[in-house]
Amino acid sequence: MTGGVAGWYRRLLVALLLAPALLWLLALIILPHLDLAVLSFRERVAPREYVASLAQYRTFFGEPLYWHVFVRTALLSALATVLTLLVAFPIAWIIAKLARGRMSALLFVVCLIPFWVSETVRTLGWMILLRESGVLPAILVHLGITAQPVELLYHDATILVGLVYTSLLFMVVPLVGSLESLDNSLIEAGYDLGGKGWSILRTIVIPHAAPGITAGCIVVFMLTLGNYLTPTLLGGKNSLWFTEQIYTQFITRFNWEQGAAFGFLLLALSTAMVWLGLALSGQRFSDVMRRV
Amino acid sequence: MIPSLPRPAWLRAATVLYVGAFLLFLFLPLTVVAVFAFNDAPYPAPPWHGFTLDWFLGNEAEGRLGLFRDSELLGSIWTSGIVALWVTGLSVAVGTANAFLMEREQFAGKGILSMLMLTPLVIPGVILGISILAFASRLADLCTDLFGIEADFLRPGLPLVVLGQFSYIVAIATLTISARLKRFDRSLEDAALNLGASHAAVLRTITLPYLRPALIGSAAIAFLMSFENFNTTLMLVGSDAPLTIMMYGRMREGATPVLNAVSLFLMTASAVLALTLMRRGKSQQS
Repeated sequence: MTGGVAGWYRRLLVALLLAPALLWLLALIILPHLDLAVLSFRERVAPREYVASLAQYRTFFGEPLYWHVFVRTALLSALATVLTLLVAFPIAWIIAKLARGRMSALLFVVCLIPFWVSETVRTLGWMILLRESGVLPAILVHLGITAQPVELLYHDATILVGLVYTSLLFMVVPLVGSLESLDNSLIEAGYDLGGKGWSILRTIVIPHAAPGITAGCIVVFMLTLGNYLTPTLLGGKNSLWFTEQIYTQFITRFNWEQGAAFGFLLLALSTAMVWLGLALSGQRFSDVMRRV
Repeated sequence: MIPSLPRPAWLRAATVLYVGAFLLFLFLPLTVVAVFAFNDAPYPAPPWHGFTLDWFLGNEAEGRLGLFRDSELLGSIWTSGIVALWVTGLSVAVGTANAFLMEREQFAGKGILSMLMLTPLVIPGVILGISILAFASRLADLCTDLFGIEADFLRPGLPLVVLGQFSYIVAIATLTISARLKRFDRSLEDAALNLGASHAAVLRTITLPYLRPALIGSAAIAFLMSFENFNTTLMLVGSDAPLTIMMYGRMREGATPVLNAVSLFLMTASAVLALTLMRRGKSQQS
């Protein structure tokens, strides 16, 4: 097969198949990110005149507002990831282990339905539910819990509710996958050997489900960190989300150098967490991405 | 914990309660969106003022611009549809080529390429957006400086939105199509070749029909992800706003129930798409 017409044909085929893939990765991923890096390491000294500098990163660390928002976004994203795991785990367990046959399939599909609908629509739903003139404050007044309608929007807790809601799917799917493959007889054996619920969970279930948990957490953290819609709409002026800072620099202030530096910092944090998650659970990147 | 082990009554009750609370949490936001599309009041908020179809059919003269008369909203749905069609076509075509490349061919640097193909999935959408925006602007500036041409398609606008969304949706299409191609029994192709079929005929009559479910599935996912995309689009959008951007703008200004109407329309469309796909999936299996 090497050499001759057949080998030549084979090489041409590989080249033809490689072309779109390389064009995609080079033109839309690699070169734009290199360009963004270059942009973030320069400073404008006069119109259309730039010098290499660390000024953009210095501004980030020098201006408390910027790095406060950055740290805040990271912490709230981590909290949202943990909460999503706590909310999603029981339902994944019920789907994978307790519900039988049709019931389990139905419950799984029902869990997926809201995520066929745009995030904009889901956020609109939360706004109608939570704002001062909305449904839940009216119910609270009706029940006599509060005398006046209270504003439930624009709190950190509201942002968390919205983020958990929007992330659930990405946690439930990998969790169900990894729990379904757990052999029930292992749990029975643990029980027969005197294990209680908690110790079985810790020594049998969680180690087995670790790949699914990692995959879910990585994706949820990344999506939460990069979310824009939910924090800005549910948090209003108090949202202080880092993606909003990037948008402000890039689009509102047209300060692309600063925006590029912010973008790179967010990308670095996101990549670091993905890497950390993989390292802690000893998994390969490609296996994790195929789970979600 | 599992059905074969004894479960105390309180745990059973707690399980049922949890499922109930979970479903309420999932569906409450969608339910209120749907219900307030029909409320006879200028704001999507309680109390209930009675049933109306004004937010679908109303015209400007009555002071209530309904969805089907709101040319701005209808235009943005059209824009989103066009963008989604482009993204779907490009993603499925390039995704299929990628799947054949990664499952069938051997070449130097394959491992690195397969890693690179997954990276767009772990880059936040906002950053994909700004990097493509900055790079395209640099290219456009270069065009102007070197050749004196105004490359408008490289400035914020729908072509950039299509490219931005494509840059990560194609990764998902590649995964979906590769997964099916991997399970393909290649002896079927060999048999057809032995029987004298040409490579093109084998591809057309055996391999592509086998891939059909994955092609349709990835097309549906690509269309939906494109239609709903917000983060990347926000950074690349020009004067023609797709639906999500238009809705976002109006939600910040204080929404009228016409947004509920358009949301209900979206929910119905998604539900129809989902049901059609599930039907297909079932009939393919049996």
